[in-house]
Amino acid sequence: MRAGQLPRWADYGLMPAINVVAAFLVSGLVVLLIGENPVEAVRILVWGALGWNEGIGFTLFYATNFIFTGLAVAVAFHAGLFNIGGEGQAYLGGLGVALACLALDRFVPWWVTLPVAVAGAAAAGALWALVPAYLQAKRGSHVVITTIMFNFIAASLMVYLLVNVMAKTGSMQPETRTFEAGGRLPLLQTILPGVDFGSAPVNLSFVLALLSCLLVWVLIWRTRLGYEIRTFGASPGAAVYAGISPVRITIVTMLISGGLAGMMAINEIMGSQHRLLIEFVSGYGFVGIAVALMGRAHPVGIILAAILFGILYQGGAELAFEMPAITRDMIVVIQGLVILFAGALEHMFRPLLLRLFGILAAPASKPA
Amino acid sequence: MNTLLRAASLVAALLVPGLTPALAEPALVYSVGGKFDGSFNEAAYRGAEAFREKTGESYRDFEIARDAESLPALRNFANRGYAPIVAIGFNQASAVGAAAKAFPEARFSIVDMVVTAPNVRSVTFREQEGAYIAGLLAAMATKTGTIGFVGGMDIPLIRRFLCGYRQGAASVSEDVRVLFNMAGDTPAAFADPARGAELARSQIARGADVIIQAAGGTGIGVLQAVADAGKLGIGTDSNQNGLHPGKVLTSIRKRVDAAVLDNFLDELSGEWTPGVHVLGLKEGGMDWVIDANNRELITADMEAAARRAEEDIAAGRAVVRDIAQDGTCPL
Repeated sequence: MRAGQLPRWADYGLMPAINVVAAFLVSGLVVLLIGENPVEAVRILVWGALGWNEGIGFTLFYATNFIFTGLAVAVAFHAGLFNIGGEGQAYLGGLGVALACLALDRFVPWWVTLPVAVAGAAAAGALWALVPAYLQAKRGSHVVITTIMFNFIAASLMVYLLVNVMAKTGSMQPETRTFEAGGRLPLLQTILPGVDFGSAPVNLSFVLALLSCLLVWVLIWRTRLGYEIRTFGASPGAAVYAGISPVRITIVTMLISGGLAGMMAINEIMGSQHRLLIEFVSGYGFVGIAVALMGRAHPVGIILAAILFGILYQGGAELAFEMPAITRDMIVVIQGLVILFAGALEHMFRPLLLRLFGILAAPASKPA
Repeated sequence: MNTLLRAASLVAALLVPGLTPALAEPALVYSVGGKFDGSFNEAAYRGAEAFREKTGESYRDFEIARDAESLPALRNFANRGYAPIVAIGFNQASAVGAAAKAFPEARFSIVDMVVTAPNVRSVTFREQEGAYIAGLLAAMATKTGTIGFVGGMDIPLIRRFLCGYRQGAASVSEDVRVLFNMAGDTPAAFADPARGAELARSQIARGADVIIQAAGGTGIGVLQAVADAGKLGIGTDSNQNGLHPGKVLTSIRKRVDAAVLDNFLDELSGEWTPGVHVLGLKEGGMDWVIDANNRELITADMEAAARRAEEDIAAGRAVVRDIAQDGTCPL
């Protein structure tokens, strides 16, 4: 351990934990301000998310979405790219999933449709990231700006497709027809005997998400491409000097990132909604940024952060239900505080911790 | 895994004090957008509040942030014996269908969409009829021969409204030009007054002197810009005549409040029945408002023409085409 550095467990475990606790303390003050009991509020939130089968199911369902979008942001992070287009890439991913399901669901079982849907989701998401990636690599148009713009283009494209092309005729609802059994992923509780998640839509995609985490870990830390990505992210100059093509790395990384974001649609479209509908992404892409920040762009961290946000989503809904004084805007405030403390103020407690560890470590190193 | 879950729920059950027992109280689940969205949900809220004032009975309501929260909310209410459970908005249709199946004893209602189940009442509106009256009045009030339409999100619901508006205008004269713009492709298009104002100003610059808004919160900006320019606006969903007295020609109301109130009252009197209710001008589900704020703007001719159109539509002598059935607008 060098001076000015925390032990790994403190950096990856203690710091985020302190940040979350700080966020909850401030949230507690807000709850107190509106005249409710904060301890009770936390109790309902935790119970709502983890206390009953269906709650756990919903928590894992939301977490699945966050894992995909979190991984997408994290992979781009490693190359020093900030992909804010997860929202649009996931939206387009939905198109890829829906096309696969609509084409196949009547003829083949779900396990034949799944690989096609995964390929469709990843390809559509990657394609949506390709143009910003190319512009960044070749023209220097900043990827933050272009990916945000592409979110809006995605929204317009999808509304056009769903209202004019893909909608059922005579329906007021901008959505495709509902997929048959061949386009529906099995729920987790039907695969695992003895598990009951009630009506929660947690499905096979959760396994897919964990698998993606493993693959991302292998890619970033165990392959040549991953090494190049990390090198480019750490120092583009050094990467060029070492013969790594910045154009290639930028484009390839963004394609992987977009593909991961697109795969979120597997969970929502093939796993839960069973039809393509407008606005199904509803902010998961943006929360992915917070998840990646909190998880330190490491797959394990991302799983933990995704589950935390799953808890906040599910528990938050229960809290709003049980305590009508706590509106859904209050839940957003609590989520915002977590993002603020875990993301923006990430290093606030670092000097304090460093000094604390310094004091603790000092007697041990003196006798030498 | 299962024992773990069970243990966890046991611990939680000890942590959380006993949940409220079943109450025969009505419940309301708003659509995404929130209780105070200034139009649709707020109309539902007003209906529920009217119920509270009228009967002194209480009710529970719940706001969802995304469609996925609808089913858990409906189940929560059904579990605790609330009845009827009224869901607002087309986006809750699949959740209502699933909840109705899971709780065959519970009674559900959905506004703005049809769900076919033995324990569901569906209430939908023929918005195109209200829009027709608006188009007719706008076409009679215009001096430039050009009228405008600013919609919210580009979805079939809004297009249907636009189509009704154009048919109404065409019934007065084929020469009336109808300008139309949608504010956007995301739900934010219903909450962007600045964009609404911008679109209204551009339509005014192109000659429009009567502009209707069908854009929720965005429409507030439309009416503001129109009033600032000294032109006429038309409100929707609730009575917006008073926002800019003398500058709002009329308001086309969709009586979501009445739909909610009727649902709650029927339950109280034991007369709640499932089925499909389609409300238009005839049933009072759609109407338009004359009050002190716009009395001067509506001439006797205009009022007579609008009333005549209302009667014709009610009697089936005039048919307002519905894009939900026809696919595309005939104009």
